[in-house]
Amino acid sequence: MASASWSGVPRWVWVPAGAGALFIVLPLVALATRVEWGSFWSLITSESSRQALLLSLRTSGAATVLCVVLGVPMALVLARTSFRGQGLLRSLVLLPLVLPPVVGGIALLYTFGRRGLLGETMDVLGLQIAFSTTAVVIAQTFVSLPFLVVSLEGTLRTAGQRYEVVASTLGARPTTVLRRVTLPLVLPGLAAGAVLSFARALGEFGATITFAGSLEGVTRTLPLEIYLQRETNPDAAVALSLVLVVVAVLVIGLVRGTRGSQP
Amino acid sequence: MKRIMGLAAAALLLTTTVAACGSSDDASRGADAPKATTITVFAAASLKGAFTEIGAEFEKANPGVTVTFNFAGSADLVSQIQQGAPADVFASADTKNMDKATGDDLVDGTPADFATNTLEIATPPGNPAKIDSLDDLARKGVKVVLCAPEVPCGAAAVGVEQASGVDIAPVSEEQSVTDVLGKVISGEADAGLVYVTDVKAAGDQVVGVTFPESGDVVNTYPIASLAGSKSPEAARAFAEFVTGTKGQAVLAAAGFAKP
Repeated sequence: MASASWSGVPRWVWVPAGAGALFIVLPLVALATRVEWGSFWSLITSESSRQALLLSLRTSGAATVLCVVLGVPMALVLARTSFRGQGLLRSLVLLPLVLPPVVGGIALLYTFGRRGLLGETMDVLGLQIAFSTTAVVIAQTFVSLPFLVVSLEGTLRTAGQRYEVVASTLGARPTTVLRRVTLPLVLPGLAAGAVLSFARALGEFGATITFAGSLEGVTRTLPLEIYLQRETNPDAAVALSLVLVVVAVLVIGLVRGTRGSQP
Repeated sequence: MKRIMGLAAAALLLTTTVAACGSSDDASRGADAPKATTITVFAAASLKGAFTEIGAEFEKANPGVTVTFNFAGSADLVSQIQQGAPADVFASADTKNMDKATGDDLVDGTPADFATNTLEIATPPGNPAKIDSLDDLARKGVKVVLCAPEVPCGAAAVGVEQASGVDIAPVSEEQSVTDVLGKVISGEADAGLVYVTDVKAAGDQVVGVTFPESGDVVNTYPIASLAGSKSPEAARAFAEFVTGTKGQAVLAAAGFAKP
């Protein structure tokens, strides 16, 4: 079957490609082999594990909503308009992707912390962000936002503006065009970006530990719980790691699904 | 034919790269071996300042010996040693983690206790929450950050709470002393429990508040040369240097007490 159709890929490419795949899969296999299957269920359902997983799902969900609310307009501005300094803006938006998470955490600390740039203002408003679940959501949003913006901007550019132009020449106002034409057109891309953001938020560790702290049920997300368990109970850390891997694989599978349905 | 050539070229490229990585490593090792010895010391993160200085003193006293360090949490270091990390000396921040290493027969001889450390309250400069005693940490509205009970500094904090009967409700249980200090220095927390040596090392970034109950929980630091060492003599010499006059002087200057 495969040899009948011309793929255009030289056969030797399979060798490094296979090596690359092994490089990613092997550590996951190694992780799975170290799981104490006998006690797996009790390890992942302990009170602290459950709290951590639930908190992670809750905060990642909230972070994803924030990413959509803030990221969709950003992607629209980047893809559909042009102005001076747009290139710089695009680079800045991408920054959290490449920053070490701990740097993001420190930056957030000096922005939203008690003595941070906005700290006093928020104190006056009665908002206490330090050591709260809100801080976790902020940290996760900070690192996940670029995923949504980048993937949606790409989709917007690929989709082009033909239908939008037609709609507006037929008299539709910009908001109507956005609501009735643009958004439905890029919905698969938006969904993919949202799911990616969710996955990134789920794995967030460095910025959270630096900015939000670690308290069971309040700020200790699954990655923080894994890091802590490793000190005393490596078996629990391995079991929880596997849970995180499985959730991540499911989430990425979801992205593949939405991508696949794209025209 | 072309395809096979391509495949061969790729294979060749792969092997030469792998070989190149391997050989450069061997070459550097081989060149060092006859005239110089390098020992790797795995030491608890809290020893970073003192041990860096002791390492320099040790190199001065033993020409030809180079000391490299791996500073991390003691539990991490033990698991790295258990997984076969090339370490010559292990200095732990508590006896519990050293016991793990001795239990697995990874230690050469018997570990020696070389320092002790006690807890102290760290507050941001100016002590804004007016913390004077351990009791103040249980006051309502005071944001206290502790280490998690799972890590040694957190276990010590639990010990102090139990010994004094003061019940502290922290706003965060951090992973390490450094994390606690970070929250105090930035002013996010009103107070944190860290080691005496951490307050000293942080300089005027924090204000230390001593409390009498700290004497109830004393953390002992053991050091041992490791069974897997390729330079057992140099490893033993380093462990002895730490427990010797010079080493003890450096540790005392950093705020550690004698065991």
